[in-house]
Formats: sequence, structure tokens, C-alpha cells
Amino acid sequence: MTAALRAPSSPTEPSSARRRSESLLRARELGIILVLVAVFSATTAKNHAFSNTASVQQLLAGASLIALLAVGQTLVVVTRNVDLSVGSVLGLSAYIIGDVFKSHPGMPIAFGFVIGIGVGVVVGAVNGFITTVAKVPSLVVTLAMLYVVRGIDAKIVSGKQIDPTSIPRSFQAVGYDDVWGIPWLAIIVAVIVVIVGFGMRSLRAGRDLYAIGSNPDAALLAGVRSGRRVFAAFVFSGALAGLGGALFLAEFATVSATGGSGYELNVVAAVVVGGVAIFGGSGTVYGAALGAVLLNTINQALVAAKVSAFWNQAVAGALLLAAITFDRWLALRVQRRDAERGQRHAT
Amino acid sequence: MPPDPARSIELVLAVPTERDPWWRTVARWETALVVCLVAALAFGSETQHFMSSTTIFYIGLNMGEIAIMALPVTLIVITGEIDLSVASMLGLSSTLLGYLYLHGVPIGFAIVIVIVVGAAGGALNGVLITRLGLPSIAVTIGTLTLFRGIAEVILGARSVTNFPASLTKIGVVPIPHTQFAYSLGFFAVLVVIFIVVLHATPVGRSIYAIGLQSEAAHFSGIRVKRIKFRLYVLSGLVCSCAGVLWTLKLASARFDTGAGLELNVVAIVLFGGVSIFGGRGTIFGVVIAAATLGVIQQALTLRNIDAQVRNIVTGVLLLISVVLPNLIEGVRRIRSSARNRRQPQHNPEHEPGPFNGPSSIPNAFPQSNATAPPLSATTTKG
Repeated sequence: MTAALRAPSSPTEPSSARRRSESLLRARELGIILVLVAVFSATTAKNHAFSNTASVQQLLAGASLIALLAVGQTLVVVTRNVDLSVGSVLGLSAYIIGDVFKSHPGMPIAFGFVIGIGVGVVVGAVNGFITTVAKVPSLVVTLAMLYVVRGIDAKIVSGKQIDPTSIPRSFQAVGYDDVWGIPWLAIIVAVIVVIVGFGMRSLRAGRDLYAIGSNPDAALLAGVRSGRRVFAAFVFSGALAGLGGALFLAEFATVSATGGSGYELNVVAAVVVGGVAIFGGSGTVYGAALGAVLLNTINQALVAAKVSAFWNQAVAGALLLAAITFDRWLALRVQRRDAERGQRHAT
Repeated sequence: MPPDPARSIELVLAVPTERDPWWRTVARWETALVVCLVAALAFGSETQHFMSSTTIFYIGLNMGEIAIMALPVTLIVITGEIDLSVASMLGLSSTLLGYLYLHGVPIGFAIVIVIVVGAAGGALNGVLITRLGLPSIAVTIGTLTLFRGIAEVILGARSVTNFPASLTKIGVVPIPHTQFAYSLGFFAVLVVIFIVVLHATPVGRSIYAIGLQSEAAHFSGIRVKRIKFRLYVLSGLVCSCAGVLWTLKLASARFDTGAGLELNVVAIVLFGGVSIFGGRGTIFGVVIAAATLGVIQQALTLRNIDAQVRNIVTGVLLLISVVLPNLIEGVRRIRSSARNRRQPQHNPEHEPGPFNGPSSIPNAFPQSNATAPPLSATTTKG
């Protein structure tokens, strides 16, 4: 019985549209990698120190925070939402962890990560709850939470700051140690990227997120519990931002009331450059993470090529505009080809 | 924001079938805002030194440029788009003004150049959004970074401070015979122009129509792309004026001038009752929202509360302003559906007939936008 039921659907013939969109996505990730390689080799040709072990380590470690936040952001953006509160959550989480370490010096470092994730989950849950229950646009909710969380952070900090002496050595080691030359930060983030990437591709929850983003009404009719899934996406994004706070503290060993401010726009930029459509329904976490690596590499490349660091932002902005223009052009081309094919079939 | 088909249906269904009770006309978002403003003033009057005439001057000084930038953003949000690049445009204008002045360009001519560049920056946004059809949120995050980046390239870590004292006095003295800061005066003039344009001209009605149903607006002969394009140019223009005012007020030009203000601007616009989905909102609401926020911030400043902590107020007000109307609408819908269940035959909306379908659509357009309290949309994911 079950076999008979399963039989017709088992040789899943991916529709041509699906296959094409998948190949496009692959092309996008490949494209980012190609640009990465091009930037990397061009900069190395100009300044050989750029491909040093230390320099590459710095590239990876520097990109990992934004890449981590970009993973959470992808989940949210894929459902046609956005989470602008990540920078504030990161700052709050980093300070609270530091504060707890300061008052309980003997605490096992694992608790540091747990506390960070806990802070993130709480804020993410508030974001998700207001967005899904009160049916308020997430852009507004998370913008408001950006302020509220930053304000709470400032209230807790009240002018103080955490300095390296109060952070356990073993916790800081996460920020600067490496395994066989690969920084711990990059390993942690890479593992998360791969796990979430698998989940988004192969688990039901992940596919639901894409369904919600590409057509909310159809997803509802298909029985997807949109509210629950969107809520979970916000909690997840919050949790990763909280974890980001722990990694931020481990990396810099100091944090003040402004830690992580302005990250939200970098994260959104990384996600968009990584090929995640801002109106939901498509894009992968691999792309988003690669987008973060690319933006960071370009920044570092400008430094290595002795171009004034003042050019960083201008280049990042131009790149972002180029990325979305390219996406649009690609989409239009696919559309036109589809239309032509349709006409040929008709005649 | 993409046009949401579910929303237009909602609007058609929401056309009142009987006369609204009297309280419906009073229970508008703007009324709530006025109450908020009065409450804020009452709260402020408890603070020492608040009830002095210089308070108005300081509020104008602190909020002027933000309020100025909120005006064009209001129009853009009503068309269903957004502009996040406003504060970067302010920073770019400030930087450019400093750079030109440093290189011997007469200040008057420099201001003209700055404003032209502002309009050009707005045109860049407009071209990318209307001609290439890119999402405005992504484009303006891109130009936010780009404009700020160009500002950084122009001036680097330097800052220009030697502006002529005759102009920088606008940061310390009010307009003669009043307590209004110059930026507040400029804002007041703009408010009059914007109110007339938005609420009393065909262009203003077109802006609402675009926000409610861009397709329908297009088919009824409105030049949707052209209007949106011009609004972005206007935004660039107004923001560069704000940048000039800001520079002269602080008598200094730096590349990071006004970084992060875009969020304040968006917060004021939304707190003012402008729907993020477009089609709804008034200039009056935005003005009251800016005043309320200005009063609260000033009162908290006088109580020595840290600027970052004051952000909590901005955030909470923003949250309330979006959650409250939706909750009220939700309760109303539950109650009306309960009423319908009790006496289904008396509700004309449920009877199929020639008068319900097409005839209610034109009604939905001119009436339910500017005057109705914010209705909730069915699909509210931004």
C-alpha cells in the first residue's frame, strides 16, 4: 500500500524550471568563487604577502562573524522577512557574557556560548512573536528591536566596558587559536554553514521556508504552518547573532556599548551579494556565507594593494549595486528565454 | 515592496457598507499621535528647565534635519517604496560642501553644487529602481554604503571646520524674533509645500494610488515610474539641503556626519502612521510624530539620560505604532465576523450582486487611504 502510494512520486523528475533555477544558484556560488579567486590572485600578484598563511587566516577569521550572521539572515530573508536587530543582539550578548565572566571568573567557557545563544533566542523569539502574531512587517519590528536592544545594552553597560583581563584565557583562545592553520572561528562557522545548508536543502523545515517565501498563499494552502516556521527562522537568526556575540567577545576580548553596531547592513549586503533574493523564495546559505567572505576579501585586498582604506565602503556599495543589477539581468534573461520557448511550442 | 494581491481584496471588502459610527472618524492614528504629543509635553513639563522658551530652539536644533529628511521619505513610503540612503546623502553633502569650501569655492556656489549632486544621487536611486526594476530596499542599502563610501574617499579622516561664522551662527542662534532654529524654519516651509502637494494636487492623489495598487494606477494613466523617479530625485535634493544645514549648524564637515540617521527617519515616518505597504499616511501625522519624539528626547536629555538609552523610547514607540492598529483591526474583525454569524442575511456584503463587485472598487481608492485609520493587511510580511 505504502509502496504503491510512494511509487508515482519516487522518480522525482525535477521540473525544467526547478532545474534551471538550481543551475542558476550553482552558477551564482561559482560566480562568487571565481570573483574571489580573481580578487585574491590579482592582489597576490601586487603584494605577495597577501597569500601568507597569517594573511589568509586573518581573511577567514575576519569574515566568519558576518558569515555567521548571514546564515541566520538567509533563513529569515528567504521567508520574505528581514532581521535588522542582529547587530544589537550581537553587542548585547557579547557584553552580557563578558559581564558574567567578570562576576564568575571560574565559570566553564561552554556556559559563555550557552548564555550568548540564550540572549539571542530571547530577542529572536520577541521578533518572531510580534511579526507572526501581531502580523506586523518584520522590517519595522526588527528596526524597533534594533533600538530597544541597543538601548537595553547601553543601560546595562552604562559607560563601562569589558577588558581582556576578565575573560578566561581558554575562551579567548577560541578567537585566536587554530587547528592545522585554520582558525577556530572559521571552523565553527563553516560547520554551521554546512549543517544549515543541508537542512535548507533536504529537511522539510528548510523547504517550507522557501515555500513561504516564494508564495505565502500557496504555502498556506499546501498546509505549511507559516507562522511557526517564520517564528523559528527568527529564533534561529537571533540564536546565531547571540553566538556571534560570544565569538565577537572571544575574538576581540573587549566590548563596549557600541559593539556590533552597524553590522546589520553589512549582513544584509553579504546576503544580497550572495544571491539571496531580498523578496524571498531563493538563495542558499552557502551563497550568503561566500558573499560575506567576498566582501571581507575585497576590503582586505584594498588594504593589501595599498589603496586607501577609505575606498572600502564605496567599493562595497558599488559591488552590492552590481550584484543586484546582475541578478535582475539574469532573471530577465531566463524569463525571455522561457517566453521564446513557449512561443516555439505554441507554433 | 511588491504589490500584494491579497491586500487589494481586503481593501475592497473593508469599504464600509453602512455609515461609520462617529467615533470611527475620531479614532484615527493622528488623533492618537496628538494625545501622545500632549502626554509627552506633560511628561516634559515635570522636568526641570523644560518649560523655557529655549527648549523649542533645542528641539528644533536636534530634530530639524531628521524631520526634513522624513518628508520626502514619507512620500516614497506612501508609493510603497523605501529610501534608506537619506542619511548617507546628508553625509555626502556635508563632506562635499567641506571639500569644495576647503578648495576655495565660494560658499554660495558650493551649496548649489552640493544640491545638484544630491539630486543626481537621488536620480541614481530612481534609475536603478524604476528603470531596472530593482527592489528599492536593496538599491538604497547599496547607495547607503556607496554614498557614505564616496564621502569617505573625498575627505578621508580629515574634517573641515573653518566655515564662515556668518553662516555657522545658525547652530547657536534662532531665527530673529522667534525661538525657531533655522532648520526648523526650513522644515516648516517644506511642510506647507508637502501638505499642499500630497493632499491637494493630482500628483498627491497619484502617489496614494500608486501605493494602493501600482498596476491599477498604471492602467488609469498615472505615470508610475516617472513619479517614483521624481520622488527619489526630490529625496536626494531635500537630503542634500539637510546636509548643508547640518554642516553649518555644527560648523564642521566629516565623512561620518549623520551616520545611522536613516533609521531615525524611517522610525518617524512609520510612527507617523504611514503604512510600510504604501497607500496610507499623512504629512500631518509625520510632523506630529517628529514633534513627539523631539519633545520626549529633549525631556530625557534634560534628565541626563544617555543617548543610547533614549533609543529604547524610539524603538518602543515604533513598535506600539505598528502593533496597536493591527491589534485593534484584529479585534474589530473578530467582532464583525461574530456579528455576521449571528445574522448573516442582513449583511449586504455577502450577497452576490452587481453593486458589490465593481462599484466598490472606485470607492476603495479615494476614500480609504488618507483618512481611514491604518487597516491591517492580510499578508503583512515585509
